[in-house]
Amino acid sequence: MVEIDLKRVDELIEGYRGEEGVLIQLLLDIQSEFNWIPREVIARISERMRIPKSQIYRIASFYKAMSLNPVGRHILQVCLGTACQVRGAPKILDRVEENLKIKEGATTSDMRFSLRRVNCLGCCAMGPVVVVDGDYHGKITPALVEEILEKYE
Amino acid sequence: MPRVKSKEELEGLRSEILAERDPNKHYITLCSGTACRATGSDNVAAAIVDELKKQDLTEEVGFRRTGCHGFCERGPIIVIHPEGICYLSVTPEDVSEILSTTVKGKEIIDRLLYTDSGTGERIVYERDIPFYKYQNRLVFGDNLRIDPTNIEDYIALGGYQALAKVLHEMTPEEVLEEVKRANLRGRGGGGFPAGRKWETTRNAPGEPKYVIVNCDEGDPGAYMDRSIMEGNPHRVLEGLTIGAYAIGADQGFVYVRQEYPLAVKNLAIALEQAKEYGFLGDDVLGSGFKFDVKVHRGAGAFVSGESSALMNAIEGKVGEPRPKYIHTSESGIWDKPSNLNNVETWAIVPLIVEKGADWFNSIGTEGSKGTKIFSLVGTVNNTGLVEVPMGMTLRDIIYKIGGGIPGGREFKGVQTGGPSGGIIPEEYLDSPVDFDELTKLGSMMGSGGMIVIDEDTCIVDLARYFVDFLCDESCGKCVPCREGLRRMREILEDIVAGRGKDGDIEQLGEIAKVMKNASLCALGTTAANPALSTIRYFRAEYEAHIKEKRCPALVCKDLISYYIEPEKCIACLRCLKDCPEDAIEGEKRKIHVIDQSNCIKCGICYDVCPPKVGAVAKISGRPVPPPVPEAERLIERGKERK
Repeated sequence: MVEIDLKRVDELIEGYRGEEGVLIQLLLDIQSEFNWIPREVIARISERMRIPKSQIYRIASFYKAMSLNPVGRHILQVCLGTACQVRGAPKILDRVEENLKIKEGATTSDMRFSLRRVNCLGCCAMGPVVVVDGDYHGKITPALVEEILEKYE
Repeated sequence: MPRVKSKEELEGLRSEILAERDPNKHYITLCSGTACRATGSDNVAAAIVDELKKQDLTEEVGFRRTGCHGFCERGPIIVIHPEGICYLSVTPEDVSEILSTTVKGKEIIDRLLYTDSGTGERIVYERDIPFYKYQNRLVFGDNLRIDPTNIEDYIALGGYQALAKVLHEMTPEEVLEEVKRANLRGRGGGGFPAGRKWETTRNAPGEPKYVIVNCDEGDPGAYMDRSIMEGNPHRVLEGLTIGAYAIGADQGFVYVRQEYPLAVKNLAIALEQAKEYGFLGDDVLGSGFKFDVKVHRGAGAFVSGESSALMNAIEGKVGEPRPKYIHTSESGIWDKPSNLNNVETWAIVPLIVEKGADWFNSIGTEGSKGTKIFSLVGTVNNTGLVEVPMGMTLRDIIYKIGGGIPGGREFKGVQTGGPSGGIIPEEYLDSPVDFDELTKLGSMMGSGGMIVIDEDTCIVDLARYFVDFLCDESCGKCVPCREGLRRMREILEDIVAGRGKDGDIEQLGEIAKVMKNASLCALGTTAANPALSTIRYFRAEYEAHIKEKRCPALVCKDLISYYIEPEKCIACLRCLKDCPEDAIEGEKRKIHVIDQSNCIKCGICYDVCPPKVGAVAKISGRPVPPPVPEAERLIERGKERK
């Protein structure tokens, strides 16, 4: 388990001092800093900003961009926007799920991949698209899936 | 940079910028929108910078990274100005040759040109490429010419002059009147007249008032707002500031999806620059008008694009809609009058001020004026963003600009209006596209997604996909939407899995009616559209699934089987090796057979079978023929098939 740097959390909170309605922005910052939102951090925010934990959980569980569970070393997104959908994306997702033996939304037990399904990344011309850690792989076929996954250890 | 304090100073600044720029000087623009970055625009840019130095051209040739050009299918795109020579799908390896052959040598490199898929003709100039030729790029055109991170590029093209005119020569009432007279309808989905909405907020009691840019753009398959925000953020800010002046707001918000990091980045840069130059802040352009803008990143929730939900999110609350009988234009953010329009709508505002309402009214149809940007995606040859006058027919957009359907396949329909829109079949391809016509056809304009589908897409499965999407995205606050969508999804899942039964179609219709009448926000009231429009136009396909357990498009996994036609198989081992389940049996010169009990229907065998051979077939609605008898499976030497 990685130690959570609560000092960093305090700094992020400090950045919004005096502003109204910043909870979502702060949680997004936390998410991009730690890749997830740990329980200790929620407690800290609640304490420092005097916001009930329930309200923080409510927001963190509502939004797709926020994760309450730790994520794998690589984040793999399969686009299932409409354009990718009609170009065969469901078969790509099937292939990835079978290969990694997890369903979308889950993380492999060895923490290698977290698999997410996304609804349109706006690169419709390249569809079907798979994004791993921000690298875009366009015009994918099911037969190419294994090759892409192998690149990430 | 000192702040610009008057209309004259702005004009002076523009002249200075233009004087420093030689119109005859060569400059190269490289598309650097998200799609092109994904296809390697960053590497091409690095190569250009490198090669310009190597070939000693840094003085003579300018280089600019622009926003999205729209022709995403063929990115990264390079245009060499002033000639307008256009090279597509450029790689870093091509860069040295482009500089030495075309820029220095004045010769064209044929292989990088656009080739017409029909005639085989190669086209040199950007303006002659059919994808661009039939468009009218009023809003989107500047994207090709400016570096979004350099405010001077925008000023050079006349940027912020509309704002100066408004602040120094017009009263807020006059601005409002002009926008009302232009009949500008909101480009975000509803098509509500923007001028009327502005007026409501202006006249509503309560201070302060807020203006908001909606860049949540959650409709899958639509990305025009992102491309404007990434490629020309100042134009959106200029429109917003004009609106703020007309409405009497001194605080603006821009709500951007976090899935659009480049848009957030370019917007932040634009805000800094606009403040520095005096286009935002306490004394905008020396007029005494005060206006500031804050950015709010969305956190991934489709429903938060709905206006009242978006305002909740800006307040830091969960982005769920409020009941609609309270209009946000009267009581929005922190219960103050708040006017929200989407990116494209705001970006049109400076044009209306500059050229006048009469000019705007001269473009488009009776009920829908101006142009609209569509994202033409799906199974179409030229995928990308296209801006056309309202009223162009679907056929012209899909065939003249989009270049038709790839691979000689049949057109089946076009899906417009996002997940809550509908699918329009071939017989209505000659309908003009505007707000009212699309609604008449049972679909809608939405934010401008236009997803072309061909014969390989199953309509029922697509309806299931949209309902599934909306089911995920429904906030769950009101029962008709939450439960209605779930029941619809169950029925559609049953139909695609071969468990459909008589009465399912009628049941879908009934659920739809309740959802339409009783849901809290537009997500719920329109959520039944995908099912209703497909039932209206493609009922036979539903019935084939329900009655014959057959998927005519050969898509639905539970209703199809893969089968190797023995008379076509050349026993090349390709499918056999690639089958992830080892469900294909055979060997060299021995016809391959799929073991149906182990087949997971992933379709890899179908994809890898060489197109010339085409031995793998999809079968639906009839039993798979029995495997060939063992004795007939050997392909004799010398009798091998081609």
